[in-house]
Order: sequence, then structure tokens, then C-alpha cells
Amino acid sequence: MTQKLIYLDNNATTKVDEKVLEAMLPYFKEEYANPSSMYNFSKKSSDAIKEARATIRDFVNAKDEKEIIFTSCGSESANTAIRGVLNYNKTKKHIITSKVEHPCVLNLYQSLEKQGYRVDYIGVNSNGELNLEELDEAVCEDTALVSIMWANNETGVINPIGKISEIVKSKNKDTKLFVDAVQVAGKIPIDVQANGVDLLGISGHKFHAPKGIGALYVNSKTMITPLIIGGHQERGKRAGTENTPYIVGLGKAAELAQSYLDYEVTEIKRLRDKLESNILSKIYNARLNTGVANRVPNTTNIGFEYIEGELILLHLSDLGICASSGSACTSGSLEPSHVLRAMNVPFTAIHGSIRWSLSRYTTEDEIDYVIEKLPNIIEKATSISPYQKELQALKELRK
Amino acid sequence: MWDYSEKVMDHYRNPRNVGAIDDADAIGVAGSLTCGDQLKIYLKIENNIVTDAKFQTFGCGSAVASSSILTEMIIGKTVEEVKKITNKDIADELGGLPPEKMHCSVMGYEALEDALKNFNKEEYVDLDDLLGHKPQEQKGKIICTCFQITEELIWDAIKQNGLKTVEEVTNYTKAGGACGKCKSIIQDIINTYYNKQQAEIDKLTPTQWILKVNNVIETQISPELQKDGGDIELVDIKNKSIYVKLKGRCSGCKNSTMTLKNFAEKVLQDSLGTDITLIEVK
Repeated sequence: MTQKLIYLDNNATTKVDEKVLEAMLPYFKEEYANPSSMYNFSKKSSDAIKEARATIRDFVNAKDEKEIIFTSCGSESANTAIRGVLNYNKTKKHIITSKVEHPCVLNLYQSLEKQGYRVDYIGVNSNGELNLEELDEAVCEDTALVSIMWANNETGVINPIGKISEIVKSKNKDTKLFVDAVQVAGKIPIDVQANGVDLLGISGHKFHAPKGIGALYVNSKTMITPLIIGGHQERGKRAGTENTPYIVGLGKAAELAQSYLDYEVTEIKRLRDKLESNILSKIYNARLNTGVANRVPNTTNIGFEYIEGELILLHLSDLGICASSGSACTSGSLEPSHVLRAMNVPFTAIHGSIRWSLSRYTTEDEIDYVIEKLPNIIEKATSISPYQKELQALKELRK
Repeated sequence: MWDYSEKVMDHYRNPRNVGAIDDADAIGVAGSLTCGDQLKIYLKIENNIVTDAKFQTFGCGSAVASSSILTEMIIGKTVEEVKKITNKDIADELGGLPPEKMHCSVMGYEALEDALKNFNKEEYVDLDDLLGHKPQEQKGKIICTCFQITEELIWDAIKQNGLKTVEEVTNYTKAGGACGKCKSIIQDIINTYYNKQQAEIDKLTPTQWILKVNNVIETQISPELQKDGGDIELVDIKNKSIYVKLKGRCSGCKNSTMTLKNFAEKVLQDSLGTDITLIEVK
């Protein structure tokens, strides 16, 4: 018996689009030439990379394709940007970021703190929206870098990057702005010029390219010291023989994602809203963790009070449904999600918070199936909770 | 994805003995909402025998499974038998738990201990009813303030499971798993425990030491080997080197080195609480 698979964890990773794989295959087989070589045989590889670079330039609306660097992943893009800016501006020792950044960025800042950098972590409100006043106050003469994610991976909440750039630049025009755009690429349009972004990172596997490829935008006015030193590839900004098939895949995925942007805000959003509103109306101990915040169209984060997330995920998994949780128990870290804690999600709901993230492969039938099955799963987990009195009170309240 | 045993999966899918017992003779609680898991266990005890047990758990799959199997393990047992159950017994009964999830079995042990302590009081007052909630029982000094873990619980976990590192203590008790500030204190507790073990061993006369080693071999190792038609015999002891002879089907068995190192030596080390070397005499 092949089990049904309903994949609603697209913020973790996505399925590779068939068209992406097809575009990549020739570069594993006949077109294996090193794109930097001098003979005609390498022309097709180097042309393919050029084309992909132009596609990514358009994807983020950069001015020039020279501003695009291919990397191996989102973490490498972030590390190259952050370390690159700091190492180039060695006298400045202040960094600003947010409390809800992805761990790949937060862990890097924690290690930089140990090396003598001063890092301010800007908070968010209960909907997950960034405290812009706090940001405004934090920017100073010594601020080398402000690093803010465009949308949060757990909640989907979108940060007003244009506004953030204005605030930062009006306080200190030399401060660089790095935006982790991993969770918006393919979900909403990206325009680095209109939003005053200096550096921006994306990761292919979040929009139907394979794992192992990413890109970094560095505008022409921003200088960075390279992270990986070696050959002259990527104009000396990132050494290492170009990963031609994956770069081609990233380009193809970006081209497809661009064409699906309308579908994201219409159809995917409709399915997400359907899932969300049904869960909230059918399940009395469900709570939307993001309130009215502006979000990417594919994500919803819902807390189920007085029950624990891993148990919900295990029951869902038994039905072939994949989602993820901010619970401590799923990560092995013992602590619940730093994002939900920064939002002050109550302890009654934080451990039972589930993130659902859709993609263009999500169907209405799948959403209907989850809506049909979830109430029983929650009921099963709720019935064994020691907080029966509290649950009863909640039930009365939500009637 | 956790590597859960079939038995763990069976128990979280179909938990046994779920619910409350209204006229329970003892109620025990461990964990809290803040920490992300809580277990409440209800016992009906008649003529010193646990006649019924039910549980309610707020927690992950392995917490539910640990609670569920615990109720099965204690029904029909005497209070004295129940008192002997350790977290290791719970984990073993489940066919093992991932290291990071061992604290779920400890939560079962804690709740059971809490229930029995309440039962032994002459007049048991349910504070839960009295105050509308159950306050955390404070057993000794709090070491991990994030998860409210006491020195006593850490000590018990080290003793029952032969824990050697801070990471293991975190996996079993959660202590040190959040801010990590108490890690050096946990290391001190580990050191104190093993130094104390060592001091006790040092106090033994050579004859007492031999008897102690032989007791572990005869009661814990030999019965296991006999199940497979083998056996083990103590030959000599020179300080920390213990010489043994494998007998029956164990002698000449090509896996005998593994039996010796992975099983017998480990059991001896855990039980004696000190590093020893087991050497086979052919």
C-alpha cells in the first residue's frame, strides 16, 4: 500500500520542479566542461551560467548581473554577506539584527559577539512584527551592518524592508543592510533597488530548485571581503569551480517562480486561508499565532493549547501529512521556538504550535483532507492532557 | 525524525489507561506547562497492591508512551515492587528511547515517586484541590533554574543510568538544556558522584571488593549469559583488572569479546561506579 503524502512543510524545503531537473541534466552529462576554460567546449556551460545570472538579476531586480554571486546555500549567502561586510569594515564593531532571525544567522551573531562585536537584537510584537522604533534607536555611528529577514520562516510574517532601509540609512548612510530573503523568494516579488537593500541572500531549495544552491546579491556600492578564497570565480567574491548544473537549476527555478507569483497570492493564499479559517473555526483550542500581521501567502502558524506539538506531528505523519512544529520536543533542543518566545506566545500554546506551509503543488483535495482529519487528531491529543479543567474553561469561552 | 521503537509508536498511537481516577489513593505530578511536558499519574491502592493506574500527559510521543507503559508496569504490583521501578526500567520496557528523549522516562519515574510519597503520608491532602493547582515539589537545591531541576534528581539520574557526561545528564533530565549556565555545576555533581563512588571503593578491604565484584557477576551478568547457554566465572582480581573465564557456549564463541566488552564490562562499570577492565582467561 502506498501511503498518501500531503506535504505542507514547504518552508523547510520543496519538491524539485521537473522542468528544473530537466534543465540541469545536460550539465551533468554531455556539457561537463569547466566554464572557466578557454576552448569552445566550455562555451555552453559559461553561457548557461551567464543566463542564470541574468535570470537571478531580474528575479531580485538588481541593476547589474555582476551583483549576483552564486553560493551553495542560504547559510553560505548569509555568512558571506555578514562576515564579508564586517571584515571589510574592520573598525566598526556594532551589528543590529532581530530576535526572530533564522538560526543560521543568529548563531553566527552569537559567535561574533564572542569575538568582540556588539550585537543588538530587535524585538517583535505579539503578532511577530518588528519593533521599528527600537531599530531606529539602535542605529549609531559604529553600526557596520543591519541584518533583517524579509519574512520569517516560522510565521511567514513579512518585514517592511523598504521602511527599514529608510530608517537605517537616515541614521547612518554607511551602514549596510543585509536581508535574508530565503522565505520570500518565489512567494512575493523581490525588488532590491526599490527597497534600498545592499545585500540579499536566497536559497534554491525553498522554491523548487534542489538543495545545495543559493545566491547572494551584493550591490555595486558594497564591498565585501570574500569568505572562500581561492580561484577567480564569481569575480573573486566566491572561489570554487562553478556548480554549473545547480546554477542552471537555480536560474530555471527562479524563472518558474517568477511566473507563479500571481498564483501565490491568489490560489495558494486561498488554500492557506481555507485551511486556516477551518482549523480556527472547527477546533476550539486553536489559536492563530500571528494575529493580523502581513504574511507570505503560503504560511500559517497555529497553536493548539494544552497539547504538545510533536504528538500532533506524529499523528499527522501516520496519515501521511507533513507539517512542522515550534515545539522543543521535535528539535531535541529542549527549548521551544525562539521566534514564538520572542512573540510572547503563551506557554499554553507555544509547545503545541504547528507551522503549515503550502506550495504550488498543494491541492484543494489535500487541504480538505487535513481539515477533515485534524479535529480528531487534536481531540485525541487533548483527551489525554492533564489540563482538562483549563480546556473545559477554554471551550466555554470560545463557544 | 526520531528513531522510535515499535513499542513506543504503539503506545503513543494507542495509549493505555488514559484518564483520571476520581477516588485515587495517590496522585503524582512531574513536569510543568512551561517546560513543555507534564505527567499526572493516579493510583488506586488496595491492600498494598496497585489495583488501578491511570495517567494524563501533556507531552511528546515518547512522554505519552513512557506514561502509558508505566501504568501497565505497575498495575498488580505491590507498593514495594513499584518503588523499585527506575526510569531505566521504563525505557527498557519500551525497547529503548532515543538519548535525547530519556528525560521522558525520568518524568515517569518522578511522577511515580511523587505519587508514592503522597501515599505514604498518613493523611494525604490533595494540594491540587486545595489550591486549585499543584505546586512544584521542591526536592533539594535547584540546579537548573530554566527547567527547575534539583540536585537530587540529577544525582538519581546519574546513579540509575550510570551517566558520565553533562550531555547525558541533559538528555535524561533536561538540566542544562536551555541557557546552559548550570553546565559547570552539573559537571561538579558528576565529579562528586564518581569521587564518592571511588572513595567508597577505596574504603573496601580486598575481600569486600572481591565479594562486591563477584556479586555483580553472579546476579547481573551470569543469569543473562545462561539464557544463551553460556556462563561466566570470576578467576582473579588485581586492583581494577578483573579476570574472568567464559564457560558453556560462551567459551570459544566468536562474539565472546563483544559480550565481554559491550555487556559484561559495562554492567560491572555501571554497578560498581568505577572504571574496570575485564580480561578473559582462556
